Amino acid sequence: MAGGAASSGSTASDTYAGARHWLLMPSWFVLLIFVAAPVAMMLVYSFLTKEFRGGVIWEFSLGAYDQFFFDRGLFGDDPPQIDWTYINIFWRSIWQAGLATVLSLLIGFPTAYFIATRPERSRALWVFVITIPYWVNLLIRTVSMKFLLRDQGPMNDFLIWTGVIDDPLRIINTNLAVQLGLFYSYLPFMVLPIYAAVERYNFTLSEAAADLYASKWATLRRVLLPAVKPGVIAGCILVFVPSLGAFLAPDLLGGARNFMIGSLIEEQFKGNAGNWPFGAAASMILLTLVLIILMVFARQQRRMGDMR
Amino acid sequence: MKYFASTAMALALSVGAAAAEGDLVVYHWFEYMPQELLDKFTAETGVNVTMDTYDSNEAMLASLKAGGMGTYDVAVPGDYMVAIMAGEGLLDTIADGELTNKGNIAPEWADPSFDPGRKHSIPYQWGSTAFAVDTGSYEGDINTTDILFNPPEELRGKINMLDSQGEVMAMASLHMGIPQCSTDRDQLKALNDMLQGAKANWASFNSDTAKEVLVSGDAVVGMIYDGFSAKAREEKASVTYAFPKEGYVVWMDNVVLLKDAPNRENAIKFMDFLLEPENIAAVSNYARYGLGVTGAEDFLDPELATLPESNPPADAGAGAFIEVCDEATQAVYDQIWTNLKK
Amino acid sequence: MSARTDVKTYPGFFAITLLCMVILYAPLMVVTVYSFNASPSITVWEGLSLRWYADVFTGPESDKFKQAAFNSFSIALIAATLATAIATASATAIVRAGRFRLRLPSLGLITLPILVPEIVLAVATLIFFNSIGFTRGYMTILVAHIAFCIPFAYLPIQARMQGIENTYEQAAMDLYATKAQAFRQVLLPLMMPGIISGFLLAFIVSLDDFIITNFVKGAGVETLPTAIFGSVKQGIKPNIMAISTMLLSLSIMMVTISYFLSKWDNTK
Repeated sequence: MAGGAASSGSTASDTYAGARHWLLMPSWFVLLIFVAAPVAMMLVYSFLTKEFRGGVIWEFSLGAYDQFFFDRGLFGDDPPQIDWTYINIFWRSIWQAGLATVLSLLIGFPTAYFIATRPERSRALWVFVITIPYWVNLLIRTVSMKFLLRDQGPMNDFLIWTGVIDDPLRIINTNLAVQLGLFYSYLPFMVLPIYAAVERYNFTLSEAAADLYASKWATLRRVLLPAVKPGVIAGCILVFVPSLGAFLAPDLLGGARNFMIGSLIEEQFKGNAGNWPFGAAASMILLTLVLIILMVFARQQRRMGDMR
Repeated sequence: MKYFASTAMALALSVGAAAAEGDLVVYHWFEYMPQELLDKFTAETGVNVTMDTYDSNEAMLASLKAGGMGTYDVAVPGDYMVAIMAGEGLLDTIADGELTNKGNIAPEWADPSFDPGRKHSIPYQWGSTAFAVDTGSYEGDINTTDILFNPPEELRGKINMLDSQGEVMAMASLHMGIPQCSTDRDQLKALNDMLQGAKANWASFNSDTAKEVLVSGDAVVGMIYDGFSAKAREEKASVTYAFPKEGYVVWMDNVVLLKDAPNRENAIKFMDFLLEPENIAAVSNYARYGLGVTGAEDFLDPELATLPESNPPADAGAGAFIEVCDEATQAVYDQIWTNLKK
Repeated sequence: MSARTDVKTYPGFFAITLLCMVILYAPLMVVTVYSFNASPSITVWEGLSLRWYADVFTGPESDKFKQAAFNSFSIALIAATLATAIATASATAIVRAGRFRLRLPSLGLITLPILVPEIVLAVATLIFFNSIGFTRGYMTILVAHIAFCIPFAYLPIQARMQGIENTYEQAAMDLYATKAQAFRQVLLPLMMPGIISGFLLAFIVSLDDFIITNFVKGAGVETLPTAIFGSVKQGIKPNIMAISTMLLSLSIMMVTISYFLSKWDNTK
């Protein structure tokens, strides 16, 4: 009876090997047609020529990528220079999403752990308590957050009333507000996978560590964390990736003053810009970036797995 | 699984079937048409109205070009956008005699430059775009575009701009006294630099909440449409609409018949309905803008005639329509807008 | 026994859990309180009133919200059910069908919708529907939702299945159960918690989705998120606060019922 990390070897089996293709057919069908094919189509669009005021002309062009990476001045005839504009937008988005992920992990891990160690019957209740707010639409939650944080909003009124501060905290329309909004948007995606992992965790391992005089925190770091790591990583990915492309939080809480990746792309299709190839190119670059991050992650995982 | 798939199909089909005869799909600005008026139209004609909203002319155009054609019957673009849409071939032509009430159109709006002879459109509402200031929080002179583009210290960081390229660019051009579709490189560079400098003083870009931020006090200055500003004043008396001496933007929104409209007949009925003085007056009473139909005076709220938002003082600048630039010039303005938002 | 509970608890974790609850609920509490505000403005408090609740059902926007609620719940139900069924089959193939060449590519494909940022998927889907001439409407939303719900249903199911040791099915088959029987009567019941949480996750994700829906929805076909977005864009209004409060109470009711049901089940 080996618990946690060691169990993966014994659960993989080939019981249903004969039916494997039938079992996989539905997901292949749906995902190839409605996810893979659209992404491929988007790749094609990113190399097309833009039509004035929306739409594309079916002619090969590198214009979209040129616009992303090179600055040719206001009139398009200066010698090309590296354009930091869009790179900065991407960098800002990654930074925001990263901070939101760290924030979610710092609060989400202890919460998930705490819930998973409750008696079995109240666990379900805790999980529901965590998920209830998520039955309320993301938009409403973001707007309530905005309502709460406003300069003349309830939070500032409360803090001034208690005398903690004299002037209202200016949080709305700042990066902090965006991070709070992202954190608030995706927190359960951090809590649920970690909860699932901790629930499966075999606590006799912790007991064994304690019997060997390991301190509590050493046990947490050296025994528990490695065992529940897949859950933690799943949680981080589930928070980081959607945060990267989010556009409600930046729009509503950040005041739409600065583009984030999501709003930049949205603007190309639904907003003023109407530049489809550029929107497709920016999407492709974002996608590539995310895949690289995930691959680095996966490789590191594998290396650590080999060492063990 | 088969069971669920067939349930899904059945559900989808039943929902799809609702879009049979007797429907009208309107693509409209937000908060601009009273629901009671739509209910009245439904009561009179039996046509069921579905409304979808947008918050800028450009967003509407983008959405129509991104597969929206063939799903909407009518849209409500502003003046310059009517010309652009006609040029893009997105509008259907209304034949002579199709509109029973075409004669109701006020003579001054019957043959506008953006739609000569009213072949695709009917007048809806007209008004101006400038900005409003909460004079409870600021006591200086407000009738100057400096408030937006070169604000005094106390207003910095308390300004909301409309998230609409056409209107922001037009106001900026008026502020600098240059033509709207300038091809002069120095002027364009100066415009770009001026906007970059001004951006530091702006708190947010938002059209939908233009009224709300002024009423809630989140912004002291907000770029806004005149009727929207009048509504804001009803909720907060100190919100004052400005008529800058440098000039301001005037506009007319128009109901257009879209090409490939799935319910073309109902669209014509709807346009006739909106040309009835009583009905279009109901829009004005709700939205606080002017109308372009004769004989509506008796139905209008008497207060409208004296609204400070629609009666510019004698020393106000001139009103200007937004102009349509050619592709090469527009590319530069698009670049300036991108520079501004990045 | 006391040593066992002792290794489980960490100081401060309870406090952080409470903090987490405060963060989660504070904005919603504020919205709940303000939904009973008599004033049409959200910034002024004019006393208690139920007028905005009446407004939701009888007000000018009531038809729109009813239709949107129907669309949202039907799409979420269908999409989550199909996605869960597809995900369960796929998880069985990937965890319980040995090693084969298509195994890793399949896993990659299934997790693709989660790895691809939502805005990218939205753009890709829009371009795709546009270029094959698929008119946007209820069907486009449903199809897109089924696709992106699959990984959300899949992950908890796979996690659960990996935690179930193979010995149970082996034992069943040693007792002459067929593979189908072993699957239905041994594996599936053991996997139920995973399947339920997969379904719930997919259901919530579908119900909550705004970005993709906003890109692929057709004229006049709204789901709750897009209908609410249409309304709150101009600033949060009291009737929206009333709707969110009702959704919130509905969930609390469901939670309470399911909690007592499980209690009753245990004492039986």
